[in-house]
Amino acid sequence: MEKTARAAGWAPPAWLQVSPLALVFLLFFVIPLALVVVVSFWNYDDYQILPTFTTRGYVETFEGCYDQLPQLCTILKTYLSTVKFCFLVWLLTLLIGFTVAYFLAFHVRSMTWQMVLFLICTIPFWTSNVIRMISWIPLLGRNGLVNQTLMAMKLTPQPLEWLLFSEFSVVLAFVHLYTFFMVVPIFNSMARIDKRLIEAAYDQGASGWQTLRHIVIPLAKPGIVIGSIFVITIVMGDFITIGVMGGQQIASAGKIIETRLSALQFPPAAANAVILLGATLAIIAALTRIVDVRKEL
Amino acid sequence: MGEGRSGAFYVLAIFFGLFVLFLYGPMIAIFVLSFQGPEGGLTFPLNGVSTHWFSKLWAGGGIVDIGAAFKRSLKLGFIVMIGTVVASVLAGLAFRKGFRGSALLFYVAVASLIVPSIVTSLGIALEFRLVDDVIKANGPDWLTEGYTTLMSLYTSGLGAHLTWTLPFGLLIMFAIFNRFDGRYEEAARDLGATPWQSFRYVVMPIILPSLIGIGLFGFTLSWDEITRSSQAIGEYNTLPMELQALTTTVTTPEIYALGTATTAVSFLVIGLALTTILLLRRRQARHGSDAGQGLS
Repeated sequence: MEKTARAAGWAPPAWLQVSPLALVFLLFFVIPLALVVVVSFWNYDDYQILPTFTTRGYVETFEGCYDQLPQLCTILKTYLSTVKFCFLVWLLTLLIGFTVAYFLAFHVRSMTWQMVLFLICTIPFWTSNVIRMISWIPLLGRNGLVNQTLMAMKLTPQPLEWLLFSEFSVVLAFVHLYTFFMVVPIFNSMARIDKRLIEAAYDQGASGWQTLRHIVIPLAKPGIVIGSIFVITIVMGDFITIGVMGGQQIASAGKIIETRLSALQFPPAAANAVILLGATLAIIAALTRIVDVRKEL
Repeated sequence: MGEGRSGAFYVLAIFFGLFVLFLYGPMIAIFVLSFQGPEGGLTFPLNGVSTHWFSKLWAGGGIVDIGAAFKRSLKLGFIVMIGTVVASVLAGLAFRKGFRGSALLFYVAVASLIVPSIVTSLGIALEFRLVDDVIKANGPDWLTEGYTTLMSLYTSGLGAHLTWTLPFGLLIMFAIFNRFDGRYEEAARDLGATPWQSFRYVVMPIILPSLIGIGLFGFTLSWDEITRSSQAIGEYNTLPMELQALTTTVTTPEIYALGTATTAVSFLVIGLALTTILLLRRRQARHGSDAGQGLS
């Protein structure tokens, strides 16, 4: 009896333990997100937000879109360009990320080497994104290393202008920054694949491509989808990479919000945020139709 | 997958090598360029070798107050780190026991990663703006006198960073407790340990290396965070935000020196964390088993 009394002690209930985390998400995520939706329907003037219902934020965002058809209005053009970046970056990070993860998971046989090579890929990830972006300047600039080399090899008579502050450099920077977000989840999925399945396929006479197509890719799908969600979310909402690497010349969905905010126009900024959120979630929803991510977590 | 190395291995190994070169090449370029002489420019070739740009950076006053931003980011990073570890561990324990609404909270945490950062950032800015308006309109005189905003690095900024670090912390906790052997705790309970004692002396030592991992994540995610900070940080900028502003104005290798310096800080933090994890692992291995040692 005495023993059980001593063993009981006081243990905090689960709801109390989870409350710090729950509170942070409530105060800094759920309420703010709800406010974005609410405020997107509010009015505003030069000085303040006016809490009266209006669709002005949305109407002004799409102003002239109908009249200009078949020409695209600014917002549609911007979204089209953002989605284009998104698709290109997604495709490249997926191809590179998959190959790297495949090499690490199936061709590097010792656990130690897997860890070492994995860490080598991780290290640049710990450096500020901005620094990794500007590190392209000495390479791609007008007098940069690439242009110097190309000119020395007489491959081009004058420096290539499209290397830096262009769509090319934006995509390059995104791939440089975020391929690792693909490698990690895909590697994770691949590491869980039973190696005997691959041996079985090999014994049955399947070619490398057949094994890849029918075993590795289907089983690595959860990782592919999780990595894709990461990359898509980041690229859709980004305005910093596109700003720095595009020389502040390329518009993006995130940039519209940022521009509105710097003019302190909160309701139209919120309306654009809702549109961006909708677009991002639509892409992700389409992706998750391919695989049930919740089941895999 | 035959015996020995197939041709595919070499192709993939070369691909991997190129990928690593792609990751490191540009960064090595700026590290090298940051050690240029006073006459150096933004591109190769090197114009003399010196630590001129570092001392210029150290002296401050050049472009903006980098030192202050540096300290602000460092301080915020440590607070985020501690907050992330504490909240994640507590939540991890709670999720293990289960509670009403746990599925909902989990989806909220995942959603926090999926919603574009700029949207979260804007939401927090709106929230604080509205609260400020309410306080200014209805607050007592002693409060409204000279009142500007509740927004600051350690209120809205801290919250914004935590919405980014906590989902990672929670996912890592799930991974830890998935592998955790509950029999250790049962044994402790059978031997009469209180819940606190079994946590302090049994669970804690086992999960400690992973907790350092969570802390490391928390610090570095905060240290490099820009988008969430962009609208929600208040008056004073963090280092990455200052850096971003500098990219359009600074045209000297000073910015490379800054890059090299902040990278060095990241490496120092990671190095410390990894060393601690290794030491802990070694200690665990040494003290892990006392089987056969009797009571002496």
